[in-house]
Amino acid sequence: MKLLNNVVLLGLAGMTFSATAADPLTVYSYRQAFLVEPILAKFTEQTGVDVNVVFAKDGIAERIAREGRLSPADVVLTSDFSRLMELVEKDLVSPVNSPAIDENIPAQYRSPNHDWYALTMRVRNVYSSKERTGKIDIDYQDLASEQYKGKICTRSGKHPYNIALVASMIAHDGEAKTKTWLEGVKANLARKPQGNDRDQVLAIKEGLCDIAIGNSYYYGKMMMDKNQKSWAEAVYINFPNQQNRGAHINVSGMALAKHAPNKDNAIKLMEFLTSNVAQGMYAEVNMEYPVKADVAPSKLVASWGDFKADSLPVYKLAENHQAAIKLLDEVKFDL
Amino acid sequence: MILGLTRSWSLIGYLITAVLLLPLLALIVQATQPDEAVFSHLFNTVLPTYIYNSLQLMLLVGGGSLVIALPAAWFIARCEFPGRRYFQWLLLLPLAMPAYIVAYVYTDMLDYAGPVQRAMRAWFEWQTPHDYYFPAIRSIGCAAIVLSLVLFPYIYLLARTAFMEQSSHFLHASKVMGCGPWRSFWRLALPMARPALAVGVALVAMETAADFATVSYFAVPTLTTAVYDTWLGYGSLTAAAKLSAIMLLVVFSMVGVERFARRKQQLFQKQSKMSEADRYQLAPAKAWAAWSYCMGLIAISFLLPFVVLCTYAVDYFSESWDDRFLQYSINSLYIAAIVSFICVALAVVLMFVRRVSPRRSDQLASRLSSTGYALPGTVLAIGVLVPLTYADFAINDLMAWFGAKGPGLLFTGSVFALIFAFCVRFIAIAIGSLESSYKRISPSLDMASITLGQSPRQLLRNVHLPLLRKGMFTGALLVFIESMKELPAALLLRPIGFENLATNVFQFVSDEKLEHGALAAIVIVLVGLVPLIYLNRSLEQSR
Repeated sequence: MKLLNNVVLLGLAGMTFSATAADPLTVYSYRQAFLVEPILAKFTEQTGVDVNVVFAKDGIAERIAREGRLSPADVVLTSDFSRLMELVEKDLVSPVNSPAIDENIPAQYRSPNHDWYALTMRVRNVYSSKERTGKIDIDYQDLASEQYKGKICTRSGKHPYNIALVASMIAHDGEAKTKTWLEGVKANLARKPQGNDRDQVLAIKEGLCDIAIGNSYYYGKMMMDKNQKSWAEAVYINFPNQQNRGAHINVSGMALAKHAPNKDNAIKLMEFLTSNVAQGMYAEVNMEYPVKADVAPSKLVASWGDFKADSLPVYKLAENHQAAIKLLDEVKFDL
Repeated sequence: MILGLTRSWSLIGYLITAVLLLPLLALIVQATQPDEAVFSHLFNTVLPTYIYNSLQLMLLVGGGSLVIALPAAWFIARCEFPGRRYFQWLLLLPLAMPAYIVAYVYTDMLDYAGPVQRAMRAWFEWQTPHDYYFPAIRSIGCAAIVLSLVLFPYIYLLARTAFMEQSSHFLHASKVMGCGPWRSFWRLALPMARPALAVGVALVAMETAADFATVSYFAVPTLTTAVYDTWLGYGSLTAAAKLSAIMLLVVFSMVGVERFARRKQQLFQKQSKMSEADRYQLAPAKAWAAWSYCMGLIAISFLLPFVVLCTYAVDYFSESWDDRFLQYSINSLYIAAIVSFICVALAVVLMFVRRVSPRRSDQLASRLSSTGYALPGTVLAIGVLVPLTYADFAINDLMAWFGAKGPGLLFTGSVFALIFAFCVRFIAIAIGSLESSYKRISPSLDMASITLGQSPRQLLRNVHLPLLRKGMFTGALLVFIESMKELPAALLLRPIGFENLATNVFQFVSDEKLEHGALAAIVIVLVGLVPLIYLNRSLEQSR
């Protein structure tokens, strides 16, 4: 028992040390550390402020909520919009007053209350087989049409990216229509939803299906991967709904933590993340579309051509988030 | 049993149990809140399928790993054949491999688009999936096979210890009465090992219940999927807590049924264990069969995935090398070492109290302590955060009241939270392996030592501990390796700037490129090997 006590005390002593060293910024991130570290390193280089990242896939909002006013979190980075909304809903963020950020980010990609900001955008694309389908002008609605019977592949309907897509369908077409649509898509699937977005492209290459749904940046990342390049080369990337409302957009984003201990530096970091340098890095490293209008996407991404984006404000997706999951359950999309 | 235990021992037992149950209690309180009809919606749509899948998976994996593990344990413990000495620890290797990695490798390999089917299509000139039959990889059956391959070492280890600890008197008696090896296995060794096997199957079932990553590779939604959906999708921690409660109930009723079935069985033995000479010398043909069984098992559960990982690592070396690997390894190692030490120490106390106390409440306390294992990691992590942040606030408020500056997040901001969560989750493993060892110590030893005027402390130190050594080693080993691999709790609870091997691998896995994390995954396996070999040797020597 005595040894046990010593171990615990030792542990406690170690922590107090780390807890009291105050100055560096703390970022809680839903995005993988290796994605954001290069950008944060650049920030440290420019300002001399160190940044620590804690990456977790789930549960960051709960952790911040429990930590309350003692939370060391300064900035939260999310990989999709629904997590941003969750932070806002749980009252874990505080508004930022920064003209620089407001100038960098177009109004439709930030909260009117200044409590969250999008950093990057990605399109939910439709991939099509070069060999069997060719480049197509397709609407999301068409995925339910008879002509694609047994030809579509997708990952789990419950993945945040698919949930967001369904939420946007509800926002545009209403719940009843979306339910029929989902049933139609399900009936068209070549196999039960599985794997990740890249797997669907591989499935097209191997001839299991002709059409797949996937995020834009994976197409770029596959192109950069020596083993996966041939997968990507087997498909075209198509921007859906170009003749009408535009392609569905999801965003990654950031927010200032409500009890951020280092607010000033935190805002500096947030400003940096919207700057040309950081936005350019997001574009190059992760193949996403920068939100800042005058920062160009990477050459590869730009080569896919311009497209029309759905102008639906991001918060509209949040309103339909739960309804989307309910529908996916009701039609038993994944089963 | 027979000892009027001093109150203080009981109290220590209650205290340990209470602390270990704190996260669970936090969740139960959460489960009693109203949840805005999420639960009934689930029940009317997908929940029945999820429950059915969960039950099916637990039974298949429990049964599957039992069937796989039993022959291996028997060969190693009771037979002599070439390579036996190596196989006894080689068979533990699959444990060092995180299940989700094995799942990734196999789904990747055997999928329609994977190399195996691609090669078949090229060879036979098939064009479409309709041209030939291949079992669906992403299915409940294949998920069960892969989980069994990864989890069978639990049962193997406990069964092997049980077989080795069985007194040779029984064996000699059975020989005298004309039992061949087969009969003596079915009639004697197997029934005597049943408590150990039950513990092993229960552990495997709980691990299966809590698994999320592996089943999601196989696209098999289970109750855990529902827990995640309700919590992260519907934003209802309450409904998630309710589902967790159902899951615990399922697991405990399964364990309960088994216990009830053998309530009248008692088995104790005095020393005189198996010796080398008691092993069956296998004839060449049989020895070859035993050899190939063990070898085949290791090949598919460990070697093949490991080789695939290595090819990833070589292919993507520049992307995956990280000069902080040494630091990550040290972090993994020291957390695992502390956790396994604490778990075994606590488990010894709990099991001792259970053994010597006549009080029912003492018995219950130690059983309840195992509950944490069946909870999915992230859910457990939330449960851990609740009481610990209360403690943090209490300390800070107290300090503020005295006019001093508080220490900040003393518990949740440090490795304490991590270690605590791991202990809650893995004490079940330590308890399980001690339980099966304790079952074999005859109570007459306790009586004798009390008659000789020994205090409970002396009984524990002088009589029980030496006899429990093997169980303690086994438990420590299992807890150690699990702690090396444990992921969701580590991700969420780790202090700022803390990274270990598992968290490092995961960020790549979650970005759809395990290939880049392959090197770290290999390091997990290699680092896990060190204690594995060391402890196996201790097991051997303590015979």
